[in-house]
Amino acid sequence: MAKVLVVTSGKGGVGKTTTTAALGAALALSGQAVCVVDFDVGLRNLDLIMGAERRVVYDFINVIQGNAKLQQALIKDKRLSSLSLLAASQTRDKDALTEKGVARVMDQLREKFDWVICDSPAGIERGAILAMRHADIAVIATNPEISSVRDSDRIIGLLDSKTVKAERDETIEKHVLLTRYDAARAQRNEMLSIDDVLEILSLPLLGVVPESRDVLNASNIGSPVTLSNPSCAPARAYQDAARRLDGETVTMDIPVVKRTLFGTLFGRAA
Amino acid sequence: MVVSVAVCSQRLFRIVGRSFLAFVLTPELPLSDWISELDDWIARSNGFFDGRPLVVDFSRVRLTKVEVSGLLAQLEARNLRIIGAEGVNPTWVGPMLGPLPSGGKPMSVVETLSGDDRDTEEVADVPAEAEPTSMMLEGSVRSGQSIVFPRGDITVTGSVASGAELIAGGSIHVYGSLRGRAIAGSKGNKKARIFCNSLEAELLAIGGLYKTADELESELRGQAIQAWLDGQVLMTTAQG
Repeated sequence: MAKVLVVTSGKGGVGKTTTTAALGAALALSGQAVCVVDFDVGLRNLDLIMGAERRVVYDFINVIQGNAKLQQALIKDKRLSSLSLLAASQTRDKDALTEKGVARVMDQLREKFDWVICDSPAGIERGAILAMRHADIAVIATNPEISSVRDSDRIIGLLDSKTVKAERDETIEKHVLLTRYDAARAQRNEMLSIDDVLEILSLPLLGVVPESRDVLNASNIGSPVTLSNPSCAPARAYQDAARRLDGETVTMDIPVVKRTLFGTLFGRAA
Repeated sequence: MVVSVAVCSQRLFRIVGRSFLAFVLTPELPLSDWISELDDWIARSNGFFDGRPLVVDFSRVRLTKVEVSGLLAQLEARNLRIIGAEGVNPTWVGPMLGPLPSGGKPMSVVETLSGDDRDTEEVADVPAEAEPTSMMLEGSVRSGQSIVFPRGDITVTGSVASGAELIAGGSIHVYGSLRGRAIAGSKGNKKARIFCNSLEAELLAIGGLYKTADELESELRGQAIQAWLDGQVLMTTAQG
């Protein structure tokens, strides 16, 4: 039975697209058929992060409007055959997403894949609502700072009221993924602690992804971080998160400050 | 098969038609004169409209959509509780007001609610025969949600997020952290109280008297507190 997952946050720049690509690749590496879908119509990014920007011929909007078949619009990843991308249109805006059209494409995707991962646009408007509409599971990407946490809280309220599952009185499974976590700044109390975030959002923690240059490097070469550098810390955090989504119990790895020789000599964190 | 469905649905789901009394305001041109007459009336009979549902009948004036919403905003600014409108295009009055059929008797409607659909459901499915005087919310109230329950107390088992608000005719009980706004005694009940396990509220109000976060004693932050009215003063103390 296919599972539809939405990666959402309310706030922009917290790492939704990075997370979509990284989780999609990690789940596909385990042999499951995965499709990542970009809902950010007009500001598409997922194709860049997946390194498929030159391969987009037909997009999500073409399929919704019946100008192309779903099969024509799906872009199979060159590195991982079990991973596909449905790109957003760059020339249209969110009004091109229709409620019925999205529902129809989601139904078709459910038949073809084990996982459908929807990359939500920022905000709480049409694009974000339609991205979460058909989800069974939500991953709320949150940075450890108050504006991101409050926006996440708002999104959680919408997940509990605007999704198909909520309207059927079922509960949508929700997880917090803490992204761009800077252990050094957390230690200096310059960021909200993990406990603070979880206390405010009162949801289970899916993982903690450290702020890292590896994520930036992966974006630059157009590859999900879990493919380009599987052994780096953020990639491992995403791999563990994907295993948790798959139902495995994995111990939580909280990033800590690495002490440099200099720092150790002077008894301070670097 | 059909019979069993019918029996089943009768047992689980009831729809009862009821009519309620509402006052009807009938604006006349020129509107500015009519508004000032209304203000005179309110000044002469203080509290007359408090908590009473009102319907606005626009059939004697020809107004544009902008003028209608402007007038409704002016009425709301006077704390008048408008539940419906007659004699205008039904799409004009906004999603908050259920427009009444023209020529209908003054009848309606469940409480007007703001906030998400989910909140609306929780009040709307109250059974007709026994109207509960308290509302129980399991879990947390999220940022941006607005829970309105004029009939009595609201109890929240989780936390109330920053940017959320609770408006209760009676008291408010929050068993987690209160980070949003709590407005108790919204209809003027001065005996209403607010209780919470951890005070981080943006605003506390009882019976129309309020304290903002800046006015709350800083040593009470994070404490379990109780708020009540002592005459015209909103008092807050830590719970033992």
